[in-house]
Amino acid sequence: MTEQHHLTLTVNGRAHSCDVEPRMTLADCLREKLDLTGTHLGCEHGVCGACTIIVDGAAVRSCLMFAVQAEGAEITTVEGLADGETLSVLQQAFHDNFALQCGFCTPGFLTTAETILAENPSPTRAEVQSAISGNICRCTGYVPIIDAILEAAERRRAGKK
Amino acid sequence: MKPPKFDYFAPDSIESALTLIAEHGDDARYLAGGQSLVPMMNFRVAAPSALIDLNGIATLRGIKVDKNSRLHIGAMTRTREIEMDSTIASANPLLHAAAPHIAHIQIRNRGTIGGSLAHADPAAEMPGIVLACNAEINSIGPAGPRSIAAGDFFEGIYSTALQDGEMITEIVFPPWPAARCWAFQEISRREGDFAMIGIAAWFDLNETGEISAASLTAIGAGDTPLRLPAAEEILSGQPPGDVLFAEAAQAAVNELDPGSDLHASAEYRREVGGVLVERALKTALQREAPGYTA
Repeated sequence: MTEQHHLTLTVNGRAHSCDVEPRMTLADCLREKLDLTGTHLGCEHGVCGACTIIVDGAAVRSCLMFAVQAEGAEITTVEGLADGETLSVLQQAFHDNFALQCGFCTPGFLTTAETILAENPSPTRAEVQSAISGNICRCTGYVPIIDAILEAAERRRAGKK
Repeated sequence: MKPPKFDYFAPDSIESALTLIAEHGDDARYLAGGQSLVPMMNFRVAAPSALIDLNGIATLRGIKVDKNSRLHIGAMTRTREIEMDSTIASANPLLHAAAPHIAHIQIRNRGTIGGSLAHADPAAEMPGIVLACNAEINSIGPAGPRSIAAGDFFEGIYSTALQDGEMITEIVFPPWPAARCWAFQEISRREGDFAMIGIAAWFDLNETGEISAASLTAIGAGDTPLRLPAAEEILSGQPPGDVLFAEAAQAAVNELDPGSDLHASAEYRREVGGVLVERALKTALQREAPGYTA
């Protein structure tokens, strides 16, 4: 029952391999095996969005995937967004707009918003609202988060890095 | 909030999946997108001894229209693909319009049409749409392949006609006439939540402008998605219009018998069901008759 599976995957551009039990979620694998604790676990049943990561270009709940299912996958977590000490355009816009207080939900918002902006560089306010509907924030409130995503879209369109 | 132990297999063909499920017995389960089964495992409401992961079976995915204009969607096709697919936008606009109502982007990126049907949540959109469209659900199991009419598929809450070891392979939608009038309406507490009640509606008009065929389906209103035959009957053979739509809505209220739960009372669901039937029919007519204003 507890057979270990050998897993190889790419996270934030780096190849990783580890052994996992089938029952280990991808979120727990990232946090505990790969020490990438930027991915946060809130509800662990797919409702809160805190654990959102990017798997092969798509935003997914890492609490609802088993690590064994990520064999060969290309993954981006919140740790992969900044370039060294330089924040990404989106992260900088979150900073400038006070789009976080406690920061618990922030990794999920950032990864979700990265995929939204990759798909649609000029979203409307309503489209942003809809796209982040699967992420729950309990302290900042959504208005500054939406402002930050729209500002990031604008800066990205203007070619700022 | 961690799932119990299980054995994991990732077959690359339907045949090996069937062999694996037979080998691992009654407590083994197929894993589709995992957006319902995995939360249930995390809550330990479900504790399969083995998971047979269908995500690596390429033949279970894909969208195509055959020479008879029927739309085929592979069971493991993800909801987000359905939402973004331009073929589906014309081959079944009702399905295309309902897809964005399903949960959130992150869930739609993993969840599959076959998984949603097999899970059979009575408030889910996919089961309602296949019922509304008279789709066929193709499956394969130990007894071989078969085709199940959507009307025979849903048996109760989370309960379907699928037998042990049987998996959905493909969903086949009948041809969609280009001039068909249609609409999908639902009310939920928040965007992405399950519908408190939802209505899928379509009707066809004949050459003299009367309704030649009509379909009204409610989700979140009972143990399964439900057709509303009394309301459909009122529409049949009549020229569309506000008075007729109000009559159909009243018939829907009379035949709806929803339950009460945390999210909405039975009375609220019946009342809103009628409102949504009327709203859906008006929206449907507006779509094809630009001169009509609701």
